[in-house]
Amino acid sequence: MNAGYNLGPVDQVPFGEGRAFGVDGVQVAVFRLRDGSLRALSAVCPHKGGPIADGTIDQDLVLCPLHQNAFRLDTGCSTTGAEPLTSYDVQTDNHQNIILRMSAW
Amino acid sequence: MPGPVSLTKGRRPPGKPDTRRRLVVIGNGMAGARAVEEILARGGAEQFTITMFGDEPYGNYNRIMLSHVLSGEESDADIFLNSLHWYQDNNITLHAGVRVERIDRFTKYVFANNGHVVPYDVLIIATGSQSFMPPMDGLYTPSGSIKPGVFTFRTIDDTRNMVEHAQYEDHYRAVVIGGGLLGLEAARGLQSHGIEVDVVHSGAHLMNAQMGPDGGAILRRSVEALGIRVHTGSRTTAVLGADRVTGVRLRDRPDIACDMVVVAAGIRPNVDLAVLSGLHVERATVVDDQLRVVDEDSIYAVGECVQHRGEVYGLVAPLWEQAAVLADHVTGADTTAAYLGSRTATKLKVAGVEVASMGLTGPERETDEHIVFSEPSRGVFKSIVIRDNKMVGATLLGDSRKVAYLTQAFDKGLPLPEERISLMFDLGGPAEEQGVAELSDDAQVCNCNGVSKKSLVDVVRGGCNTVAGAMDATRAGKGCGSCKLLVKQVVEWAADGSVEEDPAASYYVPGIPLDKASLMAAIRKQGLRSVSAVFAALAPGSAEDAKSKMGLASLMKMMLADQYIDERDARFINDRVHANIQRDGTFSVVPQMKGGVTSVQQLRRIADVAEKHNIPLIKLTGGQRIDLLGVPKEDLPQVWADLDMPSGYAYGKSFRTVKTCVGKDFCRYGTGDSTKLGIEIESQFQGIEAPAKLKLAVSGCPRNCAESLVKDVGVVAVEGGRWEIYVGGAAGAHIRKGDLLASVDDPEKVKVLTGRFMQYYRENANWLERTYSFVPRVGIDHIRAVVVDDAQGLAAGLDAAMQASVDSYVDPWTERDDPLTPGQFRTSLPLTVLPQVPVR
Repeated sequence: MNAGYNLGPVDQVPFGEGRAFGVDGVQVAVFRLRDGSLRALSAVCPHKGGPIADGTIDQDLVLCPLHQNAFRLDTGCSTTGAEPLTSYDVQTDNHQNIILRMSAW
Repeated sequence: MPGPVSLTKGRRPPGKPDTRRRLVVIGNGMAGARAVEEILARGGAEQFTITMFGDEPYGNYNRIMLSHVLSGEESDADIFLNSLHWYQDNNITLHAGVRVERIDRFTKYVFANNGHVVPYDVLIIATGSQSFMPPMDGLYTPSGSIKPGVFTFRTIDDTRNMVEHAQYEDHYRAVVIGGGLLGLEAARGLQSHGIEVDVVHSGAHLMNAQMGPDGGAILRRSVEALGIRVHTGSRTTAVLGADRVTGVRLRDRPDIACDMVVVAAGIRPNVDLAVLSGLHVERATVVDDQLRVVDEDSIYAVGECVQHRGEVYGLVAPLWEQAAVLADHVTGADTTAAYLGSRTATKLKVAGVEVASMGLTGPERETDEHIVFSEPSRGVFKSIVIRDNKMVGATLLGDSRKVAYLTQAFDKGLPLPEERISLMFDLGGPAEEQGVAELSDDAQVCNCNGVSKKSLVDVVRGGCNTVAGAMDATRAGKGCGSCKLLVKQVVEWAADGSVEEDPAASYYVPGIPLDKASLMAAIRKQGLRSVSAVFAALAPGSAEDAKSKMGLASLMKMMLADQYIDERDARFINDRVHANIQRDGTFSVVPQMKGGVTSVQQLRRIADVAEKHNIPLIKLTGGQRIDLLGVPKEDLPQVWADLDMPSGYAYGKSFRTVKTCVGKDFCRYGTGDSTKLGIEIESQFQGIEAPAKLKLAVSGCPRNCAESLVKDVGVVAVEGGRWEIYVGGAAGAHIRKGDLLASVDDPEKVKVLTGRFMQYYRENANWLERTYSFVPRVGIDHIRAVVVDDAQGLAAGLDAAMQASVDSYVDPWTERDDPLTPGQFRTSLPLTVLPQVPVR
């Protein structure tokens, strides 16, 4: 099993917000929902390149800050007709570090 | 005057025969040049070598704008449609300042007055028309030239000569002969040079070609109110003066002394060339539905020199239509195209008065309906003629708001509403409603997101029959929002009556099923203090909703001031980092500059910061502030620290700026200290949240250099130490002149009413509803009753609530040294450079 990438302490992502990380040459936006769980999506909006990590989120969706395209946080699928984002498996380990897996696990 | 110019370019190298046909165009005015443009647009450059002859030594200009040149609103350079370069770029040989004197239609040559003889395969005659000189004595000098001081108003040279003459110091007075469109424009234009003007009109009322006697009478009042004397039903019999103009003699009235005479008594088609060349000419050169001269295979004619089905047109719209059909035939692009005549509608500003006219000016048959509204004191007159439930004529004076709809009804013969009065006035309903069915499928409904009528219709046909659903699925209306009404109409039309009541339409934010009043009541009653608490208490299933967060955050901050628990994730990114996100994910920073006033120190500091941080673009904003664009998110704290100035609020749904003019300290005209008042207003209300952005202005006099009439709140100083307050103006996605809220005699009262109005708006407007929608929705009378007259006893509460917001203001840029959340200013674009905002 792929051990995944350790992105460091989960505290660097505030509740209800996202932060971007460069992982193996790819931009990934990691979100920490208000219930504490994590989601990870590719960080660049396929519509016009907007910074997804700056988006507003709830439990299900992230809204791109540039043109308000909406994407499902679990699958990356858009509910506004845009191309989908890539979704990644992300969780915390026992030390409260963010562990991201880039490919199939 | 410059001599004749001939331009050629792009000749083919020798040895390669040019197999293209030779197109010659006689006339380089609006018709000739337009015909060539249409031909080029249909690939004509491949088919033809093009040669044009123009009487005037210029490229091609917009004759309609000459009145603006006369009045000094435009320079003559501004009215050129095609400069000489255009001819070069399109390989057109232009003989400017050269007149064609004869056509040999058998050998197919044209002969010009400079000796040029040019062969053609296809010929277009676009010789236009000239001013009609009514017979009168004393028009000419003994040598046969027109007497100095007498002008026609037809060409750019005419206009320049008039301006020059009007500016002589000893010239005070002009008589304009002709009270039609052109004559009134000339009169108004001359006034701007300080000339007193009399208009002598042979008709019984002004503009008798476009309107009936009642409209003419009201137009006369409006024109006379401008200081122009009008003499109708009168004829000029002579121009007085031996070698220069000293006056005119009227048939039945005393002489009028003057220094110049402008003849604007109609036009006559230029047909000399056609007559001399043996073409079929009646009132003008006669053409068929293909714009071909009768009995000629290779000669076409277009524009004002043309008679088609008995009609001769003197307006530009028919000319455009003719040019398109002509080009279809000449290029073979569409040999079935036919010109069937034009229904002429004019919409103009004549001497500062809005005039629209189409079709009949009055009833002609007993069964014709004639609807008339007349309000002479305001200069408003509206008349509509209806026959068989179709509109056959309309005249609008002083108020042309309904002209778009009426023109459409007139052009297309649309069935008319039973309540005829709605033809003349917007009775609460949307003005463009009638047009949705007629919109073509590819018509763009939402210009921000490029959503066509068809994509909206497809979504509805696909089963999505709520307005909000269709907007979500297509993103129509999600840009600037100015098209929302049209989107709603398209969806309702597409759903054909089965549009579902959209329960969310009345919600303040989509995720909480409450309107604004109920939402505010629930928040107060339950003592909710944060956005997450509102979701937990009021949302279905306690589910938070991203689309609702920003609206709730703004509302609660407004309601609770310093009692609000600020959760950063409820803010839009702009409000999280206090700067405006740009298309490349960088931000723009705008330091506060109250009232648009700055100082040497501030300018120097901004310059230093811009230099230190390699700011790619420094730009003045529409609100008179300096915008530093292209700042990466991670640099924001350092940029602020280096600036060490408060935030200029160029990003949020909040009070932004107060634009001001220079006011009375420096301006020769200023009557009130607009700069001081603007600064005070901005200081008082800086940063307060609102349902949408608020842009204000204060002007020091009615010249309104700060554009106060198109602001959310606009203040204008008027004579007598009074200040007028306008609300609900806009000059963005919508254009709207603000409504007069009050006129007060004290700047302190201006501040009180400004704050009270803004608080009323904050408490009652829908989320993202700008004041230009809010004010007409609620009604200025109601707002005035609440805000000015305190008819509901709310004033003290509104003032206190606003004061609480003012008191809780903290400059957000103080966060720069101590980020509120981890990584608040960490870049969200860690690796690659995204498309850059272009830098000039």
